[in-house]
Amino acid sequence: MSDTSTSPFPPEETLTPERARELGYELGLRGDEYDQLLAILGRVPTVAELGMYSVMWSEHCSYKSSKLHLRGLAHDEPWVIAGPGENAGVVDVGDGIAVAFKIESHNHPSYVEPFQGAATGVGGILRDIFTMGARPIAVMDPLRFGDPGGWTDGAGVEHPVDPLQRHLIDGVVRGVGHYGNCVGVPNIGGEVEFDDTYAGNPLTNVLAIGVMDRERLQLARAEAPGHLAVLLGSATGRDGIGGASVLASQEFDAGLDAKRPNVQVGDPFAEKLLIECCLELYERDLVSGIQDMGAAGIACSTSELASAASMGMDVDLDRVLLREPSMESWEILCSESQERMLALVDPEQLEEVQDVAHRWGVPAAVIGEVVEGDALRLTRNGQLIADLPARSLADEGPVYDRPRSRPAWLDAYAEVAAESLDATLVGGTLEAADGRPGRSLDEVALQFLASPNVASKRWMFEQYDQHVLSGTVLGPGMADAGVVRLPNSRRAVACSTDGNGRWCEIDPVQGTIRVVAEAFRNVACTGARPLATTNNLNFGNPERPEIMWQLAASIEALGAACRQLGVPVTGGNVSLYNETQGQAIHPTPVIGILGVLADAEDALGLAFEDEGDLVFLLGAPTVPGLAGSELQRWLGAPLGGVLSPADLELEAAISEVLQEAAREQLVTAAHDVGTGGLLVALAEACAAGDIGAEIELEGELAGLSPTQQLFSESPGRVLVTVASPNVKDFAELCADAAVPLTDIGTVTGERLTVRGLVDLELEALRDALEGGLTELLGG
Amino acid sequence: MRIGVVTFPGSLDDQDARHAVEVCGGDTIPLWHAEATVQGVDAVILPGGFSYGDYLRCGAIAHRAPVMDAVAEFAREGGPVLGICNGFQVLCEAGLLPGALTRNANLRFVCRDVPLTVEATDTAWTGRFSQGQTIVIPAKHGEGRYVADPVTLDRLEDEGRVVVRYAFGSNPNGSERDIAGVTNAGRNVVGLMPHPEHAVDAGLMGGTDGRGFFDSVMVGLPV
Repeated sequence: MSDTSTSPFPPEETLTPERARELGYELGLRGDEYDQLLAILGRVPTVAELGMYSVMWSEHCSYKSSKLHLRGLAHDEPWVIAGPGENAGVVDVGDGIAVAFKIESHNHPSYVEPFQGAATGVGGILRDIFTMGARPIAVMDPLRFGDPGGWTDGAGVEHPVDPLQRHLIDGVVRGVGHYGNCVGVPNIGGEVEFDDTYAGNPLTNVLAIGVMDRERLQLARAEAPGHLAVLLGSATGRDGIGGASVLASQEFDAGLDAKRPNVQVGDPFAEKLLIECCLELYERDLVSGIQDMGAAGIACSTSELASAASMGMDVDLDRVLLREPSMESWEILCSESQERMLALVDPEQLEEVQDVAHRWGVPAAVIGEVVEGDALRLTRNGQLIADLPARSLADEGPVYDRPRSRPAWLDAYAEVAAESLDATLVGGTLEAADGRPGRSLDEVALQFLASPNVASKRWMFEQYDQHVLSGTVLGPGMADAGVVRLPNSRRAVACSTDGNGRWCEIDPVQGTIRVVAEAFRNVACTGARPLATTNNLNFGNPERPEIMWQLAASIEALGAACRQLGVPVTGGNVSLYNETQGQAIHPTPVIGILGVLADAEDALGLAFEDEGDLVFLLGAPTVPGLAGSELQRWLGAPLGGVLSPADLELEAAISEVLQEAAREQLVTAAHDVGTGGLLVALAEACAAGDIGAEIELEGELAGLSPTQQLFSESPGRVLVTVASPNVKDFAELCADAAVPLTDIGTVTGERLTVRGLVDLELEALRDALEGGLTELLGG
Repeated sequence: MRIGVVTFPGSLDDQDARHAVEVCGGDTIPLWHAEATVQGVDAVILPGGFSYGDYLRCGAIAHRAPVMDAVAEFAREGGPVLGICNGFQVLCEAGLLPGALTRNANLRFVCRDVPLTVEATDTAWTGRFSQGQTIVIPAKHGEGRYVADPVTLDRLEDEGRVVVRYAFGSNPNGSERDIAGVTNAGRNVVGLMPHPEHAVDAGLMGGTDGRGFFDSVMVGLPV
């Protein structure tokens, strides 16, 4: 083994065997991982090598706990052009146009420094998109926070204002807005949930969508020896060093402040210039390969580019532009400074590349060269500081089959009597009401509509630019999915993100299936054909067998549901260790589904529009569905119950019906019955259209308790409106597809009335729904 | 008839402005910040965005770009210039319009459709509107609060140079006297915070009330 006196490496890079093992441990490499590293190198690693392996083999970069299970997701459809393993999934949407999309998390950084954490989350996912050759055209932001407080729930319990949560909400929303607004990509939707399971570990997930000519697809490969590695973008600094290993791959304890230097700082202006520069380079066919620098910076991008092409690379760190010349080699390699890309360029085209970069004001530095073989060799001050097989960093990290065990708490959840709740009773049951009198459903409805999880998220999305790039057909709050028209085309894409930690906590399998079904249905409600899936798996510490069981069960359910619905998983992100002080978040897989509309003008919104239109419930019958529901949470009733299952065959049929109905212009609006149940769906459609409705629930529905009728979240139901001349055609369409259709009322007037249950003035309803959150969080 | 749309580093709504002109039947050409020419165009639009990141005062760097010398010259000769959002900020920084745009009163970015009252219809960009007409177009900005000293504000009102005002109760940013847009003495230079270019295409959210700005300038231009 190593003898320091004859080491080819400079003394400051050389470690004794004992110190190397110790340092590896401090950097997060466990004993067996360090041994694996020794076996690969056949010697003691240098400081730089140790730094690189520790980051690249971290959970965040290597997916070592989830990799085994994620393999089960693979399934293809002819329209998928790029799938898992690439920077983003890419699907063919017809007319020679391809669309890239992906979701990613920036959870831990957003807790440590919410503004920059969220901002750089947007920046990172945008780079994944334009790395593929696509121009980013939209972002969406699924967020989770603890309860902001300052309101009274359905058990009459006052929730005190929580200044930390408000600080996080404010910072994350400002961060998402600042970056997206300043880089010039519209925000077309997302979702927000408040639950104290996230109080010590908020979730910031960001999804981005991009568009390109089909043949413009860029893949991250170093195809030819002699090509130069050009670092485009900002200078490299000490920000975000070790962010991937330290922040994303460990749970939090006290002493958060000490982690602040690990959070990166974003510069959306630099990103805007980088986007324009890269798109011009692609347009002029000047790069042979490109990779963004996200987690693990230069270490990651050089090894991944080389590994993907089975090549090697020589890299000279003296050529890297530094913000601080005193940076150590390992710091340069692992820095997560933002707004940087590594492009591979034919030496003959280097000058042209430099001209383009100069025009956009983007620094460009040649830092290396692709070589034959498989070695990644790095030099500093003319001396070799690392020499390792590129593949070992990028693709041969440890893979674990971690022990799993079914959480015992699932049985306790199943025991909870969820379906007998009565919304008119304080706390939902006679026992909880403790002699307190019942209240009217009208009173309940207005309070419920104004509660933080039900009220419109206008307070958030009004802080985001929804218009830039002139493509937004239906923005936040206007439809069940965001709809963006593609440049120079009649086509549009629709995208929805959905997640439900409460469902997944009480049943990770059925919960995940229902979330997939909901995202699928939301896309279908715009009239789009759902095409493909991306996912962000937010879970706790996988080293705990119960958490690992949740993760594996959820992934398996996700794979099966996506296969059955024909929406292949094209990529995504796994965020583990979402725990603070030993308390894991509810398992929160966030699912993004992308669909396509052949004609943007066919897109359906959720707003009730025309007086006299008939209102129908399309799809599955309403069944008891209060397990894990929003009503259960609002009433302060214990979480639990048994989730009523989604019928995926019916979901697919509903989607076909909605696509056909949109194309033939048979329906005027479509809105999924989701969180909060039918009452919320009706209220949202009335508020959005500024018109009332008279509803009468008969048949099976009337057989349920009033609480179930209004608040059940049983899956597979869509509210649609149809102008009377089209009713016959629409009914026939549904009958042919064997999708049940129930007439429940009419769009009319200035009240929302559900006969015998609630009768609300439109204005009061809108004040509750649209004003609830703004009142809580303030101007 | 050609309308030039300036791109500064960090301009974001430049393609949108070109799209809007084209939807309304005009031709556009791009003007580049680093070139001190307006290339003989008939009108100029300074689009929205975050020029140079707006890390300094909004528009403070952009107004020193070479192209702005040419734009100022063009404006002095009576050429129609429209500054939208960041473009309005640049025009104020350049001294082509009075006043300044400061951070929204609630210190948050706001993106919302706002009703506006058109007050001046004798400018190069508003001739197709009728006086007192209410239009609804999207606003989206973090620094859109129009401020000026009282003397300037009085003069703007006396001279009929308040082009558009936020309708009563709809001021999204705390602008003085609800001012959303103003014009110069020659009525050829107009700046406003809301985005008419996002309200021209019936297929998109935002409506079509913004068309009047582009239709107006084209009526006055040689075909």
